[in-house]
Amino acid sequence: MGTLTLIALLPLAGFLLNGLLATRLSGHPFGKRFVTVVGCGLPILAFLLAIRALVDLGAGGYVPLQEVVFTWATIGREPFEIAFHFDRLTAVMVLIVTGVGSLIHVYSTGYMHDDESYARYFAYLNLFLFFMLLLVLGRSLLVLFVGWEGVGLASYLLIGFWFEDPEKAAAGKKAFIVNRIGDAGFLLGMFLLYTVVGTLDMDRINAAFLATPAPAVSATLVGILLFIGATGKSAQIPLYVWLPDAMAGPTPVSALIHAATMVTAGVYMCARLWGIFANAAGASELIAWIGVLTAFVAATIALVQTDIKKVLAYSTVSQLGFMFVAIGVGAYGVAVFHLYTHAFFKACLFLGAGSVIHALSGEQDIRKMGGLRGRIPVTFWTFAIATAAIAGLPPLSGFFSKDEILWFAFASDQGGSAGVFALAALTALMTAFYMFRLLWLVFFGASRLDAHAAAHVHESPLSMTGVLAILAVLSAIGGFLSIPHFLEPMLPLPGIQPSRAGAHVPIVVMSVLLGLAGLAGAAWFFAGKGERAEAVKVRFAGLHRVLSGKYFVDELYDLVINRPLLWVSENVFLRLSDRALIDGTLNGLAALAQRTSGAMGRLQTGHLHLYVLLALIGILAVLFWGWRHV
Amino acid sequence: MDKTQLLIALALALFSLGLVGVIVRRNLLVMLMCMELMLNGVNLSLVTFAQEAGATVGAVLVFLIFVVATAEIAIAIPIVLLLVRRRHTLDADAYADLKG
Repeated sequence: MGTLTLIALLPLAGFLLNGLLATRLSGHPFGKRFVTVVGCGLPILAFLLAIRALVDLGAGGYVPLQEVVFTWATIGREPFEIAFHFDRLTAVMVLIVTGVGSLIHVYSTGYMHDDESYARYFAYLNLFLFFMLLLVLGRSLLVLFVGWEGVGLASYLLIGFWFEDPEKAAAGKKAFIVNRIGDAGFLLGMFLLYTVVGTLDMDRINAAFLATPAPAVSATLVGILLFIGATGKSAQIPLYVWLPDAMAGPTPVSALIHAATMVTAGVYMCARLWGIFANAAGASELIAWIGVLTAFVAATIALVQTDIKKVLAYSTVSQLGFMFVAIGVGAYGVAVFHLYTHAFFKACLFLGAGSVIHALSGEQDIRKMGGLRGRIPVTFWTFAIATAAIAGLPPLSGFFSKDEILWFAFASDQGGSAGVFALAALTALMTAFYMFRLLWLVFFGASRLDAHAAAHVHESPLSMTGVLAILAVLSAIGGFLSIPHFLEPMLPLPGIQPSRAGAHVPIVVMSVLLGLAGLAGAAWFFAGKGERAEAVKVRFAGLHRVLSGKYFVDELYDLVINRPLLWVSENVFLRLSDRALIDGTLNGLAALAQRTSGAMGRLQTGHLHLYVLLALIGILAVLFWGWRHV
Repeated sequence: MDKTQLLIALALALFSLGLVGVIVRRNLLVMLMCMELMLNGVNLSLVTFAQEAGATVGAVLVFLIFVVATAEIAIAIPIVLLLVRRRHTLDADAYADLKG
């Protein structure tokens, strides 16, 4: 069995062991230890194998490693293979998935320690890792799609992990259903690609679109269909609504699935199929605008959220928007770069939030926090570093990736525009502002804890703080590894518009200033008891209501989509077709048989004479008929 | 009218008499007897036609029918007796509630 196959299969083995075996051992003291060893050990092993695969890749001069596991089906002469493919892009993704994934598994051993469904949790987490690896390792779109659906399933299972709470179960369903809408577009894109190109192997699709003559299909159409899939998985307008609700799951799940890995699958897919998007100017422009609008809208909502995880959720949506801006302007490597730095600092932020929630015995409302700086110092420092990283302060990782995005949004010759750039820059300012606001409200100022929670504040165990420290270090120094440069032989960067070539240094300076301005603004607004913020809130009460109501998009969807759909289901499908037509036909036939037999049954009197008489009449009738007809 | 025709007419008369008896009489025992009449009417026609055709098989078959008829009546009479012991009547209509 090859290395790549093994990387993918190890988490699957973990899922099977934990899911089938360890759930039986629950309650046994040995059971929990078994779960921990299997649940964390196999992902770590997969990570080590991924490093080995990267070393092999480098030793082979970066010729992609290929492994065909088996042939799924052969249609015509085109075999559909379960095949793995490992190149520079896959290497980055696999290392993020297994690396951050392993860290979050370790963190979970502390965070979920007292949960009674410990084994089930790790089984799901391992299952997620398996599908995610399938997604990034697959050579063909088909394998990617299996992984794509699989991570959706794992996400559903983990959002609704505490399914006894109907609200959490509903959040899981929402995520799953919203993703289905995107998947419909993705599937159509795949069908179209297969019809035109005749293969689903992504390298061959890229090659076909980059060759002349290009395939006889509008690359923009294919690009938009695939992007619809990405809007579902990566939470872009109009399908972003599931991600904030997905925070119902355990916090490490939010960190792993809904921040670091799964939601970036759409970005990965677009980068992997860059050949299509590079030839689809229309689709790229749409993607850039959707991305920047999503980033902007989500950032404005994040400004006023009061749930620590909701702020981070909207920040994730916003950062994903940034990645799509990079995709839209042709800077695919930069999108992956931001994906990579985002994985570190957002995982660190979510896990830090988990540590805060853990310390406060489940409190998530930042209005009831404050002044935690000295009491949980490790959490504070790691959280602060990650916050500075996402705000884009140099020399932390977020600075490098966000700066590159802003630069290419402005100057790329594949659709860089001043409008996208301006909105992105404004969003970057807001990002810095709301993140420092979060930091301020949680860790600085006076304590607003209630007495019960204040008495129990404690720093998290080493399994959690250790992971936080590692992620904080990675968020700090991760930017020095230039991913776009590493990926450039595979994903070339777009050219620069000559008239804008001189703007690079001003943009770098400006993005640093934006970060600092956000920091200063938050410090000024929320200093002391936050009277200034309160005054602004009162002054713009209407705006505040719209923002904290999340633009009432959920209510709008409910009104425009859910209610009509429910009405049609209730009245047309249920009442008319199901009850009236199908049940009506069956019940009508049954009633007919019943009535007929009721009438015929009256002949059955029990009087033998009548029977004989009827038999006689019958015989005579038959004889008469026979006489007339023979 | 030769002998065969006479015998067939007799058989028809026996059968019709039995049939009318079964239909109009209410006494269970009389109904059973009428049924035997019908059976024997048929038997008579069978023997007559066998004689006409010169086939002894027909005559032998009649004996077989006698055996079966005997067995049948040997079962029917005890059933009637058991019924009578319960309801103390031979009226067939009294047992109309035995309908299937």
